[in-house]
Amino acid sequence: MSQLVINGQTVEVPEGSTILQAAERLGIFIPTFCHDPGLPGVASCRICVVEVKGAKNLTPACMTAARDGMVVETESPAVIAARRTILELILANHPQDCLTCEKNGDCRLQDYAFYYGVKSSRFEGERHTYPIDDANPYIVRDMNKCILCGKCIRTCAQVEGRAVLDYAYRGFRTKIAPAMDTPLGESDCVFCGRCVTVCPVGALTFKSLAGKGRSWEIKKVPVKCPFCEAGCDFHLNLKNGRVIGVTPQPPKPGRPLCLKGRLALELLYMDEPPPPYRKENGKFVATGWAEALDLEKLLAKISQGRVDVGRS
Amino acid sequence: MTNPISDIAGADFILAIGTNTTESHPIISLQVKKAVRNGATLVVVDPRKTEIAGLAHYHLPIKSGSDIALLNSLAHVIIAEELWNKEFVASRTEDFDAFKETVARYTPEYAEKITSVAAQTIREVARGYAGAKNATILYTMGVTQHICGTHNVFAIANLAMLCGQVGKPHSGVNPLRGQNNVQGACDMGALPNVLTGYQSVAADEVRAKFAAAWGVKELPARPGLTVGEMMEAAEHGKVKGMYIMGENPVLSDPDAGHVVRALEKLEFLVVQDIFLTETARLADVVLPAASFAEKDGTFTNTERRVQRVRKAVEPVGEARADWEIICAVARAMGYPMNYSTPAEIMAEIARLTPSYGGISYERLEKGGLVWPCPVLDHPGTPVLHVGKFARGLGKFHPVEYVPPAEQPDEQFPLVLSTGRRHFHYHTGTMTLRTGALEVYYPEEYLEVNPADACVLNLENWEKVRVVSRRGEVEVRVCITDRVPAGLVFTSFHFPEVAINKLTNPVRDAIAKIPELKVCAVRIEKIA
Amino acid sequence: MAEVNLIINDQKVAVPEGSTILEAAQKLNIFIPTLCYDPELSRPASCRICVVEVKGSKNLVPSCAALVREGMVVYTDSPPVIEARKTILDLLLSNHPEDCLTCGRNGDCRLQDYAYLYGVRRGTFGGEKHSYALEDDNPFIVRDMNKCILCGKCVRMCAEVQGKNVVDFAYRGFHTKIAPAMDTTLSQSDCVFCGNCVAVCPVGALQEKGLRKSARTWEVKKVRTTCPYCGTGCNFDLNVKDGKVVGVTSCAGEVNGRALCVKGRFGYGFIHHPDRLTRPLIKKDGVLKEASWEEAINLVAARMGAIKEKYGPDALSVLASARCTNEENYLLSKLTRAVFGTNNIDHCARL
Ligand code: SF4
Ligand code: SF4
Ligand code: SF4
Ligand code: SF4
Ligand code: SF4
Repeated sequence: MSQLVINGQTVEVPEGSTILQAAERLGIFIPTFCHDPGLPGVASCRICVVEVKGAKNLTPACMTAARDGMVVETESPAVIAARRTILELILANHPQDCLTCEKNGDCRLQDYAFYYGVKSSRFEGERHTYPIDDANPYIVRDMNKCILCGKCIRTCAQVEGRAVLDYAYRGFRTKIAPAMDTPLGESDCVFCGRCVTVCPVGALTFKSLAGKGRSWEIKKVPVKCPFCEAGCDFHLNLKNGRVIGVTPQPPKPGRPLCLKGRLALELLYMDEPPPPYRKENGKFVATGWAEALDLEKLLAKISQGRVDVGRS
Repeated sequence: MTNPISDIAGADFILAIGTNTTESHPIISLQVKKAVRNGATLVVVDPRKTEIAGLAHYHLPIKSGSDIALLNSLAHVIIAEELWNKEFVASRTEDFDAFKETVARYTPEYAEKITSVAAQTIREVARGYAGAKNATILYTMGVTQHICGTHNVFAIANLAMLCGQVGKPHSGVNPLRGQNNVQGACDMGALPNVLTGYQSVAADEVRAKFAAAWGVKELPARPGLTVGEMMEAAEHGKVKGMYIMGENPVLSDPDAGHVVRALEKLEFLVVQDIFLTETARLADVVLPAASFAEKDGTFTNTERRVQRVRKAVEPVGEARADWEIICAVARAMGYPMNYSTPAEIMAEIARLTPSYGGISYERLEKGGLVWPCPVLDHPGTPVLHVGKFARGLGKFHPVEYVPPAEQPDEQFPLVLSTGRRHFHYHTGTMTLRTGALEVYYPEEYLEVNPADACVLNLENWEKVRVVSRRGEVEVRVCITDRVPAGLVFTSFHFPEVAINKLTNPVRDAIAKIPELKVCAVRIEKIA
Repeated sequence: MAEVNLIINDQKVAVPEGSTILEAAQKLNIFIPTLCYDPELSRPASCRICVVEVKGSKNLVPSCAALVREGMVVYTDSPPVIEARKTILDLLLSNHPEDCLTCGRNGDCRLQDYAYLYGVRRGTFGGEKHSYALEDDNPFIVRDMNKCILCGKCVRMCAEVQGKNVVDFAYRGFHTKIAPAMDTTLSQSDCVFCGNCVAVCPVGALQEKGLRKSARTWEVKKVRTTCPYCGTGCNFDLNVKDGKVVGVTSCAGEVNGRALCVKGRFGYGFIHHPDRLTRPLIKKDGVLKEASWEEAINLVAARMGAIKEKYGPDALSVLASARCTNEENYLLSKLTRAVFGTNNIDHCARL
């Protein structure tokens, strides 16, 4: 066990814990963008920096080990100044689009901007003007809103045989993209949607929910997918008592969160499920439910076991 | 109030006596303003030029404490000019002749001498009130905080009965209560002579009913002491132990020095409050109570509407709801007092109190209920005395004018009156700790007329000493013609200006309300 | 009163003569956006966002003011109607700061609601934008006239409900602005800080200072209760975030409607004030010291019991409270009479 002091409070944590975990144990809030307990750490966004007594620089709480005798301040003037600068830098190249953004009300960038009182940026400069990638039925990508936390890359890499997304280009032009920077619809993406669930901002959103409701109007009810043994966790999204969409819950190890499962749940729970699509020659075409869910195969499988019992 | 707040907007004539409505009851004043916009005539009787007085068609800057002379004179005119509601008086009232005889002497000319309101104005107001289709009377502490407070109220009721302005919509006799649950505290029997719903402790059957419900052999029959009497008894060593819940008499009661002396003489004082008030500092035990946001319960407003208070957050620290504390004390004294929710307590109240009989938390979820509400399917009674007075016939109580107990003299040439400010409340324990109200209105001041200021050679915002026979305070001066010459005014919200060190504890003989509206003072310059 | 029959979006409805199209639509649960309309206030029909198409009529008509006629056929969502609404929103957004990111009304703003509903992402008309200074010099209300959409509700609320006429339209054309007389600040005007104008402002132009800087609209839980100050008994919603009261907002109060006074709306800060008593105190050697509940309660019981024993019940007295609940006053009366055995109970209502 290591014993350390955070904001004047003493806490004990098991060896190998991070400062972030120690702070969580005390109920002390530290903002994070790139950190996710289910993903490998990268400590790249720096919003979680804290002040450690005796250390020359601010250190990222998500990756720094909590050591015995450490004295940590999570909201010191230096820390707050650093966080504000990070936010200002991000906002300098971020569309002011909360008005109609689908992520409004459930966005970490917005949360922290409000919390630290960063209204706009001191740094004015070039802004991205990427086209919005919505040429597929499931996911809308607005890379202008991306803060390059890289969570989507890391979660995609956890799916067997995928790793569709990666960083592309460099410097100001750095961008998250499928190989060759194609639209998602033309990539190997299987539209499980796990990248959308981990995106802290409105860069990745679900197309099926676009324009249907704002985050504060939507109640999320957890359901389990009955389709296969994996039993993945999904959310029914309810607005005014009606299911307006199904979204995957944040991924857990060994849970594929496949598209098929999501579509099946849409069929099961929604009054008006959106039409299913199938990819033909690289294009999405509307199709029937039987095809989308591979019901033919399923039926064939069951009918093999059928026994003729006669009629009399 | 005999009538609901919402009735005021529909009145044709409003007689507002001693109520600084816009500051003390801002939301009720919206109804008054609405009535005026709809064409109603507004008469304001107040020595001070308050905001509401500025809106009035007639502002009667009456001499402090002369209300009865004015009210009797209004009745005099109405009778003399045959404007009274003869049918109402004949069928619904009694003792009219005695009343008629008393007011006969109060000619407008006679009243003018006492009140300094012009006789002609008295005539016009009398005609207006009597001639209105629906006339309502509003009043507050400006009427009751006098040595003749109860008589003032009688005089008001007499006038309303004389013109039949009770028992119907948009009229009535309407005292506006100053504190959120004064009405409820009275309804609940937090009074020395009655149990819940004003059931007399002197009545054997009442005591028997409560004793049975409360599981005790008997209950005391002799009425107890009022606040003022308690303080006196404490000072004389007759009362030894006192339990104070959520009150701050050191600042709110007259002659604060006397209150402190009394409380200090006690053998044991318990104070239960949300802050360490000036009174709590004197206690032997202080019990931390939950605020209104930290508990469930009900308040009854000035129009007798019982409404829910809901718990929004947990009490701070170890604070507990007052009802839980009381239960704990009772249990520690060997009396089983166990409730799991305030709803259970209300159910018990309803069983024992005819006027609350139909009130339950389940019903209150759907909205407030105005008592009398005797049974579960009763809709409540917004307007009282329709068709019949509670006691049967309405009784005229003839009353005579008596001057205030303390008159200005050479030594103390000014009259001090106290009241409330818009941005603050009561002894300031809450409003001085909001992070907003006290920021905007940080300091109390004494209103002084320019003429008096000139005589005393005072400058605006100068700090002076105000002295009465009982004590003194230091306060800044605000020179304004809101007050007439001879009168000074301030509030009792700020502990730094503990104005009740000065006020006169002499009380009305019936309701025992102290004469906070009139005491003689002088202003001394601080060298 | 005579009923009038009409058809809205192909549904039949009958409403009393003199009703507006908006009221008829509301009866059918058909949503029509409004900005300047308020059922409690007079109707200038100036914002035009509520326009609908009436068959046979050349122009779109404002549904908040247009009265129903027998046989009327109305469309509330036809292409020309949608087009008109989008244009109005586009115009408003063209002179509106892009500030939802940190705006206190984000999540409870009509302009935002309608922009989302009609998919108007931003203003496209370009041109000049206001750059008024933020009015932040009083502890109650923040005014940001850059966000004002000139619906005039605050003006009407102040005049028609509050009876104050503090704010009004000033200047003309592009420079039109809501302001107190002489374009001063509220704190230099007659404003009594009831905040009733804030309660009706559809956007973030008027905000409750404390509330909007401590919580986002979607983070608060609202708990309806009754005001702890004067005897009027106004109802309001306590706004709670993370177990703390962060503000007060209007609800449809039975006594007060949406109106509140400055104490009710802005006087909640005492609840979490550091001066609050959090532990029982017992006086030892003239000094109040913290103690446990058990110790305190037992001491009270023992001392009060001893006084009763020694001097008789009438040596005890009790002051109840005009600030506590009915239930608490009742129990205290019960304690006084059934346990202490005296009628010496009163409260400070005489003050
Ligand atoms: S991603 Fe977040 S900050 Fe960016 S526009 Fe959307 S809600 Fe606003
Ligand atoms: S007023 Fe509304 S639209 Fe304007 S910034 Fe605030 S939330 Fe956004
Ligand atoms: S706070 Fe009240 S008085 Fe002041 S401008 Fe608003 S409505 Fe008028
Ligand atoms: S301040 Fe608000 S209520 Fe007043 S005109 Fe502007 S938008 Fe309307
Ligand atoms: S909001 Fe104001 S008027 Fe209403 S009950 Fe509270 S103090 Fe009284």
